[in-house]
Amino acid sequence: MKLLEKLFDRVAPHFRPGGRLHRWFPLFEATDSFLLGSGERAATAPHVRDAMDLKRIMISVIVALLPCVIMAIWNTGYQANTALAALGLPCPGGWRGHLLAAVGCDPDSLVSNLYHGALYFVPIYLTSVLVGGLWECIFNLVRGHEMSEAFLVTSLLFALILPPTIPLWQVAIGISFGVIFAKEVFGGVGMNFMNPALAARAFIFFAYPGQMSGDQVWTAVDGVSSATALSTLATGAPGHALSSLNISWWQAFIGTIPGSMGETSTLACLIGAAALLVVGIASWRVMLGMLLGGIGCSLLFYMIGSDVNPMFSVPPHWHLVLGGFAFGLVFMATDPVTAPHTFTGRWIYGILIGALAILIRVANPGFPEGVMLAILLGNVFAPLLDYFVEQANIKRRMLRHG
Amino acid sequence: MGHYLDIILTSLFIENLPLAFFLGMCTFLAISKKVKTAAGLGIAVLTLTTITVPINNFILNDLLKPGALAWAGQPDIDLTFLGFLIYIGVIAAVVQIMEMVMDRFMPGLYNTLGIFLPLLTVNCAIFGATLFMVERDYTFGESVAYGIGSGGGFLLAVVALAGIREKLEYSNPPAGLRGLGLTFITAGLMALAFMGLGGLKLG
Repeated sequence: MKLLEKLFDRVAPHFRPGGRLHRWFPLFEATDSFLLGSGERAATAPHVRDAMDLKRIMISVIVALLPCVIMAIWNTGYQANTALAALGLPCPGGWRGHLLAAVGCDPDSLVSNLYHGALYFVPIYLTSVLVGGLWECIFNLVRGHEMSEAFLVTSLLFALILPPTIPLWQVAIGISFGVIFAKEVFGGVGMNFMNPALAARAFIFFAYPGQMSGDQVWTAVDGVSSATALSTLATGAPGHALSSLNISWWQAFIGTIPGSMGETSTLACLIGAAALLVVGIASWRVMLGMLLGGIGCSLLFYMIGSDVNPMFSVPPHWHLVLGGFAFGLVFMATDPVTAPHTFTGRWIYGILIGALAILIRVANPGFPEGVMLAILLGNVFAPLLDYFVEQANIKRRMLRHG
Repeated sequence: MGHYLDIILTSLFIENLPLAFFLGMCTFLAISKKVKTAAGLGIAVLTLTTITVPINNFILNDLLKPGALAWAGQPDIDLTFLGFLIYIGVIAAVVQIMEMVMDRFMPGLYNTLGIFLPLLTVNCAIFGATLFMVERDYTFGESVAYGIGSGGGFLLAVVALAGIREKLEYSNPPAGLRGLGLTFITAGLMALAFMGLGGLKLG
């Protein structure tokens, strides 16, 4: 470590303004602070004594995401192995088959499940990180900004909300769109108004629906069709859609169902939520608001009932554990940059997203899942909510003190 | 009643004029720097569509359509070829009246809107609302609902864009994108989000 520190100290002047390599300073700074930590201090007032800087926030989010990542890897493998076992097929061919030969494809084996899942998750994640990081590097080098850890979060989130069978070139295109058009053109972290990971997913969702929806994409075995719980429900019998579902509530809660890799497990999301709330990164107002909005809206639909639309009969406690509701609630809606900054605004924002997510799920036959689009819509209206809350506050204070 | 509500909600959220049809872009992008002005413009557009769509519907059904002039003893005259001319004339007249009203009662807003207020005459969102009404063969009641919904959709979109742009004052875009370039990208991302409502079945 000492040696490394000395080395960095020796080369540092080359990267400072006036040095030969000053154009490459962002890259140097990123490597330096990644390996050794940042020694930077605020030189002028105001000084805020808080250990929680942007770097630590982002790393904490990644730590909070770990349960989801582990569940994503395990469940992807478990789904694939179960499908293979059900069909009586041997391990798949190709490069994954070669690597899998050592452990085999056994849905009862933890190692095999994790290993099989990792063979799908890791390439997607690596593509997402490398391509996202590349764009981040290009923008930062050209514009002389410092690198930020936020792209690690964005690329991990993005990998978690994709189906396991997505072609890697689509992952690359998606993350490129997200990083460039939803973040970097606005000036990078903290300046964007839309969640880059969600914008990326929405982009490829509309551009390549064949690889992002339907019932062929959710299990990593060729030709196996496994509909997500929500699309099964949407085609169920009106009035009692739940009877068409062959999974139990607890399965949906723990997450052993087909779906986007990281989204299926409500349990893992709850662990992440606890972590985020304890360290105080995520806003509990947004979370609670979205929960209430979702429960309220689904309860309303449940009580109205419908004899044509099966989604009306899905009770609230099922809505909460299916699809990306929990994942969106914990990790997407609470994004501190794109959520409103006022407390009242956060309540309204959460309730709006929760209600819209259920509304799109239930009333939009085009999309079985609505959480992603609901949060994007929430992002669009978030600055407006802040504006109105501010104006109301100004008005109130004028009356009181004016 | 439910039918009219359906028309209003559909044109508000699902067939939003600027974000789903990309109509009225020039004013949408130009007058969205401040929420207050944007709200003023949005309300102006809402008022205009609420007035002009039903008027044009009345003219279409009772003067222009083949057979509409039967009450004047001319059952086989078809004047629909005059449609565009008359609709735009009606819109121009209403804009003129509204301009005078605003000049008198809301001089602040009148001055901030500037040239864009008379330009509402040729705003494609307002003319588009009338043409959608013609194409979809709305009855008078439906056209009132559609006028409210389509103008309200513009109001909603322009105010949301203004909210985002006020927030983006603190952003740091690359030099070439500052101003209108960034606004175009913003509007595109908003349209992406609004696609989630496309296809929503409310009825």
